[in-house]
Amino acid sequence: MTRLVLEGLRKTYGPTVAVDRVDLEVAEGELVALLGPSGCGKTTTLRMVAGFIAPTAGRIFIGGTDVSRAPPYARDTGMVFQGYALFPHMTVAENVGFGLEMRRVAKAEREARIAEALRLVRLDGYAERRIAQMSGGQQQRVALARALVVNPGVFLLDEPLSNLDARLRAEVRVEIRALQQRLGLTTLFVTHDQEEALTMADRMVVMNHGRVCQIGPPEELYERPADLFVAGFLGRCNVFRGTVETPGTLRAGAIALPCDGGVPGQTAAMVVRPERVGIDPEAGLLPGRIGMTTYLGGLTDWHVETDAGTVLVTRPTPPPGDRLRRLAPGDIVHLDWAGTAGRLLSPEPNGELA
Amino acid sequence: MRAVMWRGGVGAVFAAVLLPMVAVMWLSFFDQEVISFPPEGYTWRWYVNAWEKKQFARGFVNSLQLALVAAGLGVFVGTAAAYALVRAEFPGKAFLGTLLLSPLAVPGVVLGTALYVFFVEVENAIDIDIRATLPGLIAAHVLLTVPWTVRLVAASLQGIGPAAEEAAANLGARPWTVFRRITLPMMRSGVVAGALFSFIQSFENLELSLLLVGPGRSTLPVEMLNYLEFRIDPTLAAVATIQIVLIGALMLVTDRYVNLSRVVS
Ligand SMILES: Nc1ncnc2c1ncn2[C@@H]1O[C@H](COP(=O)(O)OP(=O)(O)O)[C@@H](O)[C@H]1O
Ligand SMILES: [Mg+2]
Repeated sequence: MTRLVLEGLRKTYGPTVAVDRVDLEVAEGELVALLGPSGCGKTTTLRMVAGFIAPTAGRIFIGGTDVSRAPPYARDTGMVFQGYALFPHMTVAENVGFGLEMRRVAKAEREARIAEALRLVRLDGYAERRIAQMSGGQQQRVALARALVVNPGVFLLDEPLSNLDARLRAEVRVEIRALQQRLGLTTLFVTHDQEEALTMADRMVVMNHGRVCQIGPPEELYERPADLFVAGFLGRCNVFRGTVETPGTLRAGAIALPCDGGVPGQTAAMVVRPERVGIDPEAGLLPGRIGMTTYLGGLTDWHVETDAGTVLVTRPTPPPGDRLRRLAPGDIVHLDWAGTAGRLLSPEPNGELA
Repeated sequence: MRAVMWRGGVGAVFAAVLLPMVAVMWLSFFDQEVISFPPEGYTWRWYVNAWEKKQFARGFVNSLQLALVAAGLGVFVGTAAAYALVRAEFPGKAFLGTLLLSPLAVPGVVLGTALYVFFVEVENAIDIDIRATLPGLIAAHVLLTVPWTVRLVAASLQGIGPAAEEAAANLGARPWTVFRRITLPMMRSGVVAGALFSFIQSFENLELSLLLVGPGRSTLPVEMLNYLEFRIDPTLAAVATIQIVLIGALMLVTDRYVNLSRVVS
């Protein structure tokens, strides 16, 4: 249970900037998710923390000690690799016990801790199995147990769920989070899956092109994204571009739309989440025509064509017979939203609002 | 239908590989000085003759010594080199890789002649005998065993990937421990295959040895060639059969410990 601090961390490969001035603090027992599209520098960041990649600039502190130049074996991190990286020539117990052996833990205690770790990941009874005899999900849990059993100061996970099928993924997600909270592990978790990050993280870091776009709790990033990239990467959104007319009104072409504040004359992109858009057959601010309807089981999406462009609206699927349920392509509807639902951002993808 | 053709094809390839060996084994039992078909009868006497001609036994012992030492050195140097080539980053890496494999690309006779000339030059310079000595021969054969080991060990290292090694380092293992506990066991089959194949390459090599062996210190292949200059009776077939059986047995035993077909393919 140790604090992790990254200070101006940077890594370049020739002209390629893989990671650019990343500042981050992970508090004791906190789970921070690094989220971003493929190639944005997540793995590079994590591997610099583990000590496999030397930073070009910047510093890394684990528990207050500068480990920027320390070799991996001296860093007190426990990492779960994307492909698990288990030792195929050892049994499950030998895999899990390896870190304890390196720490010269006596045999009796070692065996007790291996058994405990295996129980923790629900693999008791598998100790003597060979790795090749384990399924993907079981291997994943061996990798977890192997990293956890040494009680690492910082727990690192690089897309640990990406090799599991969808159902197992949702299950293991909950298990990892529960373990992490129970053991109070300071954790840095890499993923490109926004749902994974939203459900597991205390705080999230959204990255793009090697840079941090925004850091904050999931609600904050989803509801108050700092820029268009974050808004678009986390969940779905409608974007309207225009000029602020008066505080609370955005003019997009011939139409005035409600927005959250703003300075008159300001050029802005307004982001409205599809679940915040009201839809009504009779009355409302923005008239439109139903285009496509997508039934998603628990949710239904309507794509509504308006003078301000196609607007996506989503709702829990109404019960059969509801008048929304009967909407057909071509039907006229009216859209509406509260001013507070219309977040103003810079029209540049990674820009800040002037 | 396709399965039949497939099996037929595989069978044909096997026959093409095995037939010469089977023919040699068969010939070694022909009861006649000059080979003709069908044989006039069968006999063990060529095996007795091979045993009585002391040059074969001597050549066998010499070859065995040479191949064991050359393969031993080759595995040591070749494994270290393969590890550096696959895992480390250093300037001139690509060049070193090509250099280490190049002896395989040069015809043995050319390499043997070049070494002969080189050894003469070195002997003139430092006044120590190299030609016709065991160390000189070993030095030459290491040029065979190192590339074979590098090739097989590097292939197996590439297949393993560095993730398990990183995981071990992450769990607190220092580099030497990582190598001993993780890398070495994981690439074991590559190392064993490298040792086996370099041993065979060295043991049956004729071209490199031809100019470098000394009187009374000939290797088995050179002795066989010498014998051939005077006689062409089936004694050589008998010697070859013994070789085939020994090497086959060696491969079978090795295959029990590591899956050779997986390493070589
Ligand atoms: N060894 C390397 N050499 C050159 N470029 C690299 C190397 N490793 C990563 N990169 C580049 O750095 C960027 C970030 O990579 P990475 O951290 O793996 O991204 P992510 O994990 O977010 O998908 C990518 O553009 C990638 O091409
Ligand atoms: Mg990655």
